[in-house]
Amino acid sequence: MIFLSLVVFIPLGAVVIRSGELGLAGFWQAVRTPDAWASLRLTLVASAIVALINLVMGTLIAWVLVRDDFPGKSIVDALIDLPFALPTIVAGLVLLALYGPKSPLGLDIAYSRAAVVVALLFVTLPFVVRTVQPVLLELDRDMEEAAASLGAGPWVTFRRIILPNLVPAMLSGTGLAFTRAIAEFGSTVLISGNLPFQTQVSAVYIFGQIETDNETAAAAVATVLLVAALIVLIGLDLLQRPRPASSSSVLVQRGGLP
Amino acid sequence: MIKHALRWTALLYLFFLLVLPVALIAWRTFGDGIAPFIESLSSPEALHAFQITFVVALWAVAINTAFGVGMAILLARHSFPGKRLLNAAIDLPLAVSPVVVGLALVLVYGRFAPVGGWLESLGLQVIFSTPGMVLATVFVSLPLVVRAVEPVLNELGTEQEQAAHTLGAGPWPTFLRITVPGIRAALAYGVVLCLARALGEYGAIAVVSGRLVGQTQTLTLFVEERFQNFREGDAFAAATALALIAVITLLVTKLLHPKHRSMDSR
Amino acid sequence: MAIQVRHINKSFGATPVLRDVSIDVKPGSLTALLGPSGGGKSTLLRVIAGLEQPDSGTVVINGVDATNLSPQRRNVGFVFQHYAAFKHMTVYDNVAFGLQIRKRPKAEIRSRVKELLHLVHLEQFATRRPAQLSGGQRQRMALARALAVEPQVLLLDEPFGALDAQVRRELRSWLRRLHDEVHVTTVFVTHDQEEAIEVADTIVVLADGIVEQAGAPHDLYDNPANPFVMRFLGPVTEIDGELVRPHDLELSTSDDQKCGPQATVTRIVRLGFEERVEMLLSGQETWAQVTRGTAHRLALSPGSTVYVKKVDDP
Repeated sequence: MIFLSLVVFIPLGAVVIRSGELGLAGFWQAVRTPDAWASLRLTLVASAIVALINLVMGTLIAWVLVRDDFPGKSIVDALIDLPFALPTIVAGLVLLALYGPKSPLGLDIAYSRAAVVVALLFVTLPFVVRTVQPVLLELDRDMEEAAASLGAGPWVTFRRIILPNLVPAMLSGTGLAFTRAIAEFGSTVLISGNLPFQTQVSAVYIFGQIETDNETAAAAVATVLLVAALIVLIGLDLLQRPRPASSSSVLVQRGGLP
Repeated sequence: MIKHALRWTALLYLFFLLVLPVALIAWRTFGDGIAPFIESLSSPEALHAFQITFVVALWAVAINTAFGVGMAILLARHSFPGKRLLNAAIDLPLAVSPVVVGLALVLVYGRFAPVGGWLESLGLQVIFSTPGMVLATVFVSLPLVVRAVEPVLNELGTEQEQAAHTLGAGPWPTFLRITVPGIRAALAYGVVLCLARALGEYGAIAVVSGRLVGQTQTLTLFVEERFQNFREGDAFAAATALALIAVITLLVTKLLHPKHRSMDSR
Repeated sequence: MAIQVRHINKSFGATPVLRDVSIDVKPGSLTALLGPSGGGKSTLLRVIAGLEQPDSGTVVINGVDATNLSPQRRNVGFVFQHYAAFKHMTVYDNVAFGLQIRKRPKAEIRSRVKELLHLVHLEQFATRRPAQLSGGQRQRMALARALAVEPQVLLLDEPFGALDAQVRRELRSWLRRLHDEVHVTTVFVTHDQEEAIEVADTIVVLADGIVEQAGAPHDLYDNPANPFVMRFLGPVTEIDGELVRPHDLELSTSDDQKCGPQATVTRIVRLGFEERVEMLLSGQETWAQVTRGTAHRLALSPGSTVYVKKVDDP
């Protein structure tokens, strides 16, 4: 407990406190400086885009991994976790090598906002896939057969039977991807070039402020990020909670049939 | 057919986003043979980076293992007011950006900060030194061991431990001879995750270490610094080394826990 | 003939599950596919529904060759052992599903669903979710759902298998009554001979992928085609190598009327109004089922000598 406090609570608390050092007005001022504001805008927008792309692609990949079969599938499945295991700076370097100035593909998107999006896509890849996959695996195939026997074709079955059961997992994964994306630092450092107002994400901005001893400004933006993450996580938690069911007295018999 | 369209979309996406970049790194590194690779990593700075990376990681893993097991037992076996809060708090590090972690630690343990200043007067420098790096690494990998061990503890139930008690075993022997063997696999899994995370940490370490080459430069920092100084060969070599470590830890975790899904390493 | 199955063969990998199976199901009948687990009954049912493809053979439903039709086009209602409820939908939406697929007008759907929920006594649960229902209620919902689209044929795969014994018995007779009311050709799979005998007009005994016998329950019971069917469909014991029903054995304590071979009573088990008399006859263990009155009259006890005669049913 003490341990937790020393390591986690006090330091985090310090961030929030420091950000409030100059009062609420000072806080807003720090956040609204042109480069801080630009970094926040870029971070939030890029993360939202990335979260949405992941929603679609992640579900698609999970589907292919569960419902399809082809040689090498288990290797592909294992690879999904690579972004989790790979240090972010390596990820950044790796993406720069492929999609930067010396790209063998001739594709150079370095120092652009697209680069930021690509980097974020890399690090958030596993999130939606890994939350949807187990749900898909456990899905009762009987329901799909029942739908077929009632006349539903494959698309209708997917839309009305499978998808609704996947939505909670999809949302959860997307939310996690978003919070990860807004926090990302290492992978964007190299490929984005960190041009203020253009490709600088908030984490990099904060870093810059720390290095130049503007800890208050850093703390302010950091607090914004923390709050954003908190909102998403709490939102997810609320969504996950099962709807309040009517009490189990529903099971009490009427009409004498079990 | 739809099935093939889906399959190929997925595979192409993964190929361009995941496979190709990683394959390229290896190709770039070993493009001129293995000698330059070894050479890059044999420089004194590189060797020092290896050393400090492992030292910090091992400390962090040791601390988090002790903490993790203790916390897991607390959460699985006891109930107390505020338990839900504690539970949520443990997951907190995963939601925080690494640079924010670094910032937080600097604000509290930095030279001019309340706690840090006091420790400094006792001769213990936290920030810009190893203890700070260990602290940062502990923070970011905090939940990993706890979350790996806790569900297993829940599943195991208390029956075996109760049986041991009725047979006369005290709390410590029970723990060593009943509990630990039960959570062995999960613990190993959590430790490997923690280690991987610790070795790969960049953002928090970047802030907290001061990035002093030859002194507090971990492998990840080494990669970045070399790249910025146009010593790309060295950077790629170190990156490949880290990638290899990542792949190995991936394989080990698959072996230890084939159905498990989450790992996190920044 | 409502359903005609001809020469169906099906293997899963190297294991044959259905071997040259042919059956006829009369329109409006209630037929049980009975047999031990793994005997192929569920597979046969799924082949009829189109949820499995046979390796060879044909399925004709109401004169139409359905062998190559997808399940969507066969218009068969299917009820699963574990309900297959659409857990994210309300009871109402579950039952309405088939009608919604067919794009029926909302008012028609509403009245039909109401009618069905009334039929299965679930009207007050219309807005609940399956998770809030008991097993028996879920199965009734599944039935209503299958009946909603007025299928030509209703197929039930061990419909009461997942329920408690008591619930099973009640739903069993309820199914019989429902069938009498609704008259749709029904085929259900069970491994419980009691259930088959009680509910069905026709029983098809399927074991190891082969049809052993098909006919009315009392036919199978009184005139089993082979020892397997005899053993499966009721109590059986052996006298002089011959299989006999225990209640067809008459016991007497005096040999005056040449009552048959002699046996020694080893044990008597009192089962309510019946008693089970276990005996040793020529070194072989056998048993007879007698009423309490008979046992009392004969004053049997372990060690007594009795004479055993086989009685043929009139």
